Amino acid sequence: MTIQFNNETFRDDYSFRNSDWAIKRFPFPFHEDSYMYSVNMEQHRGGPEGSVYEKRFDVDEHYLSEMQDRAIVLAEDPLRCQSLPHMTLAGWDTLELIMVSKSEDYPELFELHRDGNRWRWVNKPMKIDHTFTFLDETTLPCGPLEYITRQTQGDFAVLDQRDEMLWMDAGMVTTQADWSLDFDIGMNFFEWHAPVPLAHEMGIFKRALKFLLNVQQGAPARRLNWTMTVNPLLDTSPENYHKWGIQKTTLTPENIGAKQHLRVELQTFFRLPRSNALLFPIRCYLIAFQDIVTVPKWGRRLHRVVRDLPEELATYKGFIANRPVMLDYLSQYDDGLPTSPGVWPDLETEPPLAK
Amino acid sequence: MSKFQFPESIASRPVYGTLEPRPGKAHLMIADAEGAEAILELASQDAALMAKTHIIYIPKGTDFSEKLRALKPAQFYEGPSYDASVQRIQKVLGDAHMGLQVYLAGTEGLMGQAMNEAVSAGIPASAIQTEHRGSVARRMQCVHCKGITEDVVTDPFVCSHCGLNLFVRDHYSRRLAAFQGVCIDAEDPGNVPEPVELYK
Ligand code: HEM
Repeated sequence: MTIQFNNETFRDDYSFRNSDWAIKRFPFPFHEDSYMYSVNMEQHRGGPEGSVYEKRFDVDEHYLSEMQDRAIVLAEDPLRCQSLPHMTLAGWDTLELIMVSKSEDYPELFELHRDGNRWRWVNKPMKIDHTFTFLDETTLPCGPLEYITRQTQGDFAVLDQRDEMLWMDAGMVTTQADWSLDFDIGMNFFEWHAPVPLAHEMGIFKRALKFLLNVQQGAPARRLNWTMTVNPLLDTSPENYHKWGIQKTTLTPENIGAKQHLRVELQTFFRLPRSNALLFPIRCYLIAFQDIVTVPKWGRRLHRVVRDLPEELATYKGFIANRPVMLDYLSQYDDGLPTSPGVWPDLETEPPLAK
Repeated sequence: MSKFQFPESIASRPVYGTLEPRPGKAHLMIADAEGAEAILELASQDAALMAKTHIIYIPKGTDFSEKLRALKPAQFYEGPSYDASVQRIQKVLGDAHMGLQVYLAGTEGLMGQAMNEAVSAGIPASAIQTEHRGSVARRMQCVHCKGITEDVVTDPFVCSHCGLNLFVRDHYSRRLAAFQGVCIDAEDPGNVPEPVELYK
């Protein structure tokens, strides 16, 4: 299908909206009626047609507006994109992986023509047609990681692998769930995860690291993570928390359906060929509560998950104060009927709301 | 006694040990304030050590300097602040030969910063020891303006650069040698709790 790109904002007047298409393909993260941390990883080998899992790097209706938002963030704070000196090769690996994947997966939107190291990259939606020399930084307007991730939705962490450990040594981070690349750069897997509650004790990070160290080239993996965001604000950074934090206090029973968003991250893991680094794209999808509950199964389930989520997790995810007003709203969409297993909307088979 | 047992903490926070004399042709000891006590103890364990030792010491208002001098180290430097001493530290580390042993003692801020200098000068981690002594003050980076506030002893505290009221987040960056300070009243402007002493 051809994608109609929205012209919308993720700040100020928040004109961001999901079309019906985007709602139906939303990566709903709960496969059952409760949630707890787990080593929830699987192969990233496509998915149902039209789903966000189908392509290596999903492009959707928010593409152009997300790239505009990224440009605004970077203009205000260039430290959101950083790369330690030894990570330049991994930046070229990233550029190659994304250009090759996007041109193969979306030939009507992106083209890559390679003649030795002479590359021509065409990004039709962003009106870019650029010829450069692969591995020669002087032929790009900025570093390779910044260049390609200014044209690709989602945040990116690039992990160097050494001493049986992953090190966060480069990244582009403008749509993050409240963590700072500038603070975390140079940390190892256990260090940057240090603030997460419960998961260390559960042994999750040890097992996850073992899995990641063994991700092979051509065999990417993926997982979902989620949190809550008031207003469709992409840049929920700690850097700007003193500006956006106040928005969390603006929820009312009247506006919550439109204002409260479930924020889901599709996280993927790709081994890079030359540098042996691991690329970790973190793609953020937002959906308003009022849109989630148009899918009866999701409405029922979200109510149960939010209601039963352990307090530590609701606190860490930053919505403990808003949980009561969320539950008042969501309970209207939970009639107590059982839900089908799995994440899919199952619109044809699940009963409508009986309330 | 100025040794403090830090409570069980998160994975990003360094763990400090107790300095012990190690064999080596040359020794570099960098300390501030009560860190001097750790050096004095070290010297008392190995009388031969000091003849091969360069001490860089920042008293921060304490009076251990004479005692350190009395150890007769091969070289002794007293600096008025860490910032004033850092170029000297870089030079000494840059000139170091294989086998240099590095000993860091005192506040977390000093150890964290000197550790970074040593590591970036190529000193292997196995040749660097640390021992916390004295103030439990933290070196804090404001996550908002990126300014560093030294010697923070209360939570919350005021960022010395942008003036926001920050709480002390228990998350540590070795690269910055600092903990993270985050705005405490973002969701309720003006509601800033009374500062309490750290670890109280
Ligand atoms: C190597 C790639 C990864 C990177 C760069 C990464 C990065 C992060 C960061 C920066 C945070 C926020 C920590 C904070 O509060 O400051 C986080 C949270 C978390 N990470 Fe990872 N992570 C990675 C892989 C994984 C994997 C494989 C798992 C598997 C279980 C995982 C599980 C979690 C969990 C459970 C949280 C808490 C999220 C929440 O409750 O909202 N991470 N991660």
